[in-house]
Amino acid sequence: MSMLEQTRETMRRDRVFDWMMPSADFSQRLDTSHGPILYVEDVTVSFDGFRALDELTLYVDDGELRCIIGPNGAGKTTMMDVITGRTRPEQGRVWFGQRIDLLRLDETEIASGGIGRKFQKPTVFQNHSVLENLELAMAADKRVWPTLLARLSGEQRGRIEEALETIGLTAEAYQAAGQLSHGQKQWLEIGMLLMQNPRLLLVDEPVAGMTHQEMDRTAELLTGLAGKHSVVVVEHDMEFVRSIARQVTVLHQGSVLAEGTMDQVQNDPKVVEVYLGE
Amino acid sequence: MTTETVNSVAASERPVMRGGLSGILYGDTGGKIFLGVLLAVGILVPALNLLTEPGSALHVPTYTVTLLGKYLCFALLAMSVDLVWGFCGILSLGHGAFFALGGYAMGMYLMRQIGTRGVYGDPVLPDFMVFLNWESLPWYWYGFDIFWFAMLMVLLAPGMLGFVFGWLAFRSRVTGVYLSIISQAMTYALMLAFFRNEMGFGGNNGLTDFKDILGYDLQADGTRLALFMASVIALGVAYVLCRFIVGSKLGRVVTAVRDAEPRVRSIGYRVDRYKVWVWTVSAMLAGVAGALYVPQVGIINPSEFSPLNSIEVVVWVAVGGRGTLFGAAGGGVLVNYAQTVFTGVWPEGWTFALGALFVVVTVFLPRGIVGLIRRRKDKKEAGS
Repeated sequence: MSMLEQTRETMRRDRVFDWMMPSADFSQRLDTSHGPILYVEDVTVSFDGFRALDELTLYVDDGELRCIIGPNGAGKTTMMDVITGRTRPEQGRVWFGQRIDLLRLDETEIASGGIGRKFQKPTVFQNHSVLENLELAMAADKRVWPTLLARLSGEQRGRIEEALETIGLTAEAYQAAGQLSHGQKQWLEIGMLLMQNPRLLLVDEPVAGMTHQEMDRTAELLTGLAGKHSVVVVEHDMEFVRSIARQVTVLHQGSVLAEGTMDQVQNDPKVVEVYLGE
Repeated sequence: MTTETVNSVAASERPVMRGGLSGILYGDTGGKIFLGVLLAVGILVPALNLLTEPGSALHVPTYTVTLLGKYLCFALLAMSVDLVWGFCGILSLGHGAFFALGGYAMGMYLMRQIGTRGVYGDPVLPDFMVFLNWESLPWYWYGFDIFWFAMLMVLLAPGMLGFVFGWLAFRSRVTGVYLSIISQAMTYALMLAFFRNEMGFGGNNGLTDFKDILGYDLQADGTRLALFMASVIALGVAYVLCRFIVGSKLGRVVTAVRDAEPRVRSIGYRVDRYKVWVWTVSAMLAGVAGALYVPQVGIINPSEFSPLNSIEVVVWVAVGGRGTLFGAAGGGVLVNYAQTVFTGVWPEGWTFALGALFVVVTVFLPRGIVGLIRRRKDKKEAGS
């Protein structure tokens, strides 16, 4: 970085000096007074020269349900990886609220601090019961010794039961998660996310491989979560996106192509071109 | 698969507030049977040894008592391996090292107890040091004449090695077969080191010619019985401890690590610390087993570090039933009994028999003997 650029960076009016930044940990109260809960700005990630994310800028408001769509390779999963600390970007800024710099935290800190992520492939603990899965995911002291001596308090039990009800698996509470149907596993994953008490939920392809009934149930579940939590859903299935989305962002080649309601986006000629080709 | 499911359901229906022993053993029928058998053995064997005349049909000679005590030490070692392998998915091929270290700590205490009764009659230096013309005791031998200090070292020496090894390996996310190989390398390296006279542990002769423990003659029948009882108690306590660990939330985290490690990390657990913790506990248990083993066999030498020993332990666990604790302990006793019998009949054949056993178990009994019994039971219940 040249002297000039450095000076410019220092003199930026939209930012505080680096040394004045508060520490980045989650002891800070989450500050969303300006609206957005998630700031992704100018983020670039490249793998062997291929730019998976190309100066991506994206804001998600507190309590919003946002759908992100885009063709394969548009950078949806990479974006999730950056937010959850799995991948470090070469440049850019990612902030959680106005005070927490996610790029300075590692995966575990981010996971325990209020950002939950559901992966594409449901990975629940097959040999543990549904209840145990939720117990493990629950926000709690996750250090070794306290975990050894941990007992479920009445309040924690209440929270687990509440989550079981939300995801509709109360009857299956004592069943091994490995015996659940595909759709039920997806819901259990969402339940595990909820147990972490996240302010922001990142949900990767929640309805892949689901039946229509299961899809409807999932749509209901996700819209029910918005408001209390902010939810970002990455999905391929347009039908499903239409049924839940208020705000849709279209990614293409690592940056935002269009943003707006589903109707606006679908009629956008750029989007039509990317999706239908020619 | 099905047996594990059944286990898991039982665990989650466990009443939350149930404490104490009954809470730890809740729903663990196999464990109750195991502890019952252990208790019976712990009472019957000394009774039959003391109360019956030599020559009567029921008499258990002291030689057999010590032999059984030895099996129990192996059972404890197998259990410690099962704790990391069966529940955390870490296949250790180096647990013999922790066993041997515990044994050496005990051996050092026993060496210092010899005093002037050694061949050279030196009140402080063990015979091999006099033989090597050493002038004074190396610093790391200090304190080993005190029993409690030596017992502390029985836990700390393997514990420290386990902690450092685990910290380095798990923090760097070394897993699977790579971890098995470096654990094997660790025990091999220690074997080579302990073979050297300069290490100050008696070189390839190791530590032997022990006289007494806590003032009691090691050759006396009473001492041998006491050591046997100590082994019984150690195994019982270790079982309850392991069951407590496995049944706690930590146990559930650890089994989750075994099944889907990245997922556990993504929900906010520091997987490496959990692994180090379990690994260290397991190393300490193995150390205790070694410490009880040494006074009963009367010698500890570097061959205890040999990689083959550690591999054998894995076979015991596999034969008994991985992930059951009591199965592993049973496997340890059973295979060693088989070895005693077999080597009496056809000494050269044992290693082949052991190898064949491992192959048979892996192919036909993936869950070991316990798995076989459970499958039978499930079938019977399903049939009736």
